[in-house]
Amino acid sequence: SAKFTPLPKMAASIGAVVCRALHSRRHGKFLSIGRGLFSGARCLVAEGETHFGFQTVSETEKGEKVYHVFESVAKKYDIMNDSMSLGIHRLWKDILLHQMNPYPGTQLLDVAGGTGDIAFRFINYVRSQWEHQIRQKLKSHQNLSWQEISKSYQEEELKLPGGSQVVVCDINKEMLKVGKQKAQHLGYSEGLSWVVGNAEELPFNDSKFDVYTIAFGIRNVTHIDQALQEAYRVLKPGGRFLCLEFSQVNNPLFSRLYDLYSFQVIPVLGEIIAGDWKSYQYLVESIRHFPAQEEFKAMIEDAGFLKVEYRNLTSGIVAIHSGFKL
Amino acid sequence: MLPIGWLGRARMGGWLRRAPGSLRGLRHLALGSPAPIGRGYRPPHTDLTVTAEEHVDEERYYQLYPGHIPTSPLQKALLSAGAAFMALYNPYRHDMVAVLGETTGTSALQSLRDKMRHDPEGYQILQERPRIRLSTLDVTGLRGLPDGTFGREYVRFLDSNRVSPDTRMPVKFVDDEELAYVIQRYREVHDLMHTLLGMPTNMLGEIVVKWFEAVQTGLPMCILGAVFGPVRLNARKLQILTTELIPWAVRSGLNASCVLNFYYENRWEQTVESLREEIGILHPPTI
Repeated sequence: SAKFTPLPKMAASIGAVVCRALHSRRHGKFLSIGRGLFSGARCLVAEGETHFGFQTVSETEKGEKVYHVFESVAKKYDIMNDSMSLGIHRLWKDILLHQMNPYPGTQLLDVAGGTGDIAFRFINYVRSQWEHQIRQKLKSHQNLSWQEISKSYQEEELKLPGGSQVVVCDINKEMLKVGKQKAQHLGYSEGLSWVVGNAEELPFNDSKFDVYTIAFGIRNVTHIDQALQEAYRVLKPGGRFLCLEFSQVNNPLFSRLYDLYSFQVIPVLGEIIAGDWKSYQYLVESIRHFPAQEEFKAMIEDAGFLKVEYRNLTSGIVAIHSGFKL
Repeated sequence: MLPIGWLGRARMGGWLRRAPGSLRGLRHLALGSPAPIGRGYRPPHTDLTVTAEEHVDEERYYQLYPGHIPTSPLQKALLSAGAAFMALYNPYRHDMVAVLGETTGTSALQSLRDKMRHDPEGYQILQERPRIRLSTLDVTGLRGLPDGTFGREYVRFLDSNRVSPDTRMPVKFVDDEELAYVIQRYREVHDLMHTLLGMPTNMLGEIVVKWFEAVQTGLPMCILGAVFGPVRLNARKLQILTTELIPWAVRSGLNASCVLNFYYENRWEQTVESLREEIGILHPPTI
């Protein structure tokens, strides 16, 4: 989901300098990258300007526009995700959780977590891990502690096992609202909190979380490098950064089909299901502007993360980037 | 032209990626630059790398009127199919009916426009482009007119059915600026048709008006609505519909001259009866 609020003037000018530096850096870099060519196929923007889909807008404008996009799609967000990806987005998110492999006791920060997909999956995973642990202990005839025995008798989990916690942070109140309603409807209440916040300026102290995830949100951030730096800041040493985002397809034939589908079908689906063509046009355009796998990996390394890796899913339609703060 | 533009995927998949309906160029056009006349859709650039000169070129991108979203033939086909399905599945989605009308109506709109051009009053409407909106209507003045006048009956219709002329969808998918006006005019005149035909806005009334409009305009959306609308009615209503209302609506539609050729804004003081006679609408049967 979306992330941005208008920055104060000074921060904006600093942001513009960083943005310009990044752009010129990218310009020099991509001449040598073959596949990563697409990342080079971007407009040269002036200072203080950035992309909103294929439009060029000022940086403050982008934030507002992105906010409005997600405000209007919030209610139909989940149903549109299912229609556009034919349900495959669920698999992508499941794979992200498997890669994360959280143990009971993990503190997760899910940025741009709007409607809570990652958070709910985290809770399910941690609970099933706990049950798995109990079963293992029983199998190997180890004695359960009194705490574990009393927990297994409880019908409802009053707390998440091990004290696991997930904080869902999103800049958009509408998306959080939809998420909270879903949580209530599905019965998730413990270990879950909802916070309004900007990925570029997170309202948390340093070194607080074990895992930081951002699923399909970072491409909407105006200053991606700032979001990455904030991620580094709020993670504990040893913490993991995980990003699930649309990326560049590596197979040329598949890429053409993907483009055809993206530009011809998705806005039509948006109009028919959600009554909103323009937001989904923005979506497919913003995917094209996001850096390719290697370039994004370099950006993550710049923020200080180590052992940065990425993994393509569905032939590169999405990629999971992972890094550690060590 | 940057040499990079000639390499790799940026060139190959170009036109598919740089789809019509793109938001690019809208900002420039929203500032009121004159709309180029002509077909709204043309395959866009093959390139995504844009130099300064190309930027200027892009400014002539086709948003032909405010709210216009250029679409490819494939997109129009998908929109028509999807809109038809959604309109039947969820009858409250009036925007889907509107979309269906726009994507399927090109030839009917062209013949309507020709009819308007060949009639003096219709031609005047095409030149002056009047819009029926609450901001332009003097509702209190119309309410003050004597009973039986067109203006008074129209306001009575708006009040008793609790509708407003401002709920008409803006046109998005018509790729010609004049035809966009024609369909907009058709939508705004729809409420006036309700008044002239004496039909309320319930399902039955809407179907009758759709039959009338289907005969008058030939728009595929009207024909589909007229044929599939009755599917949701019960037997009694269906009987009244088929024995009395539809034959009358069809006869009126055939008898009447083109309803878009009347400058209704100048005719508020005319009585409904005389206007009906002038247009050629037969007297409505009593339900």
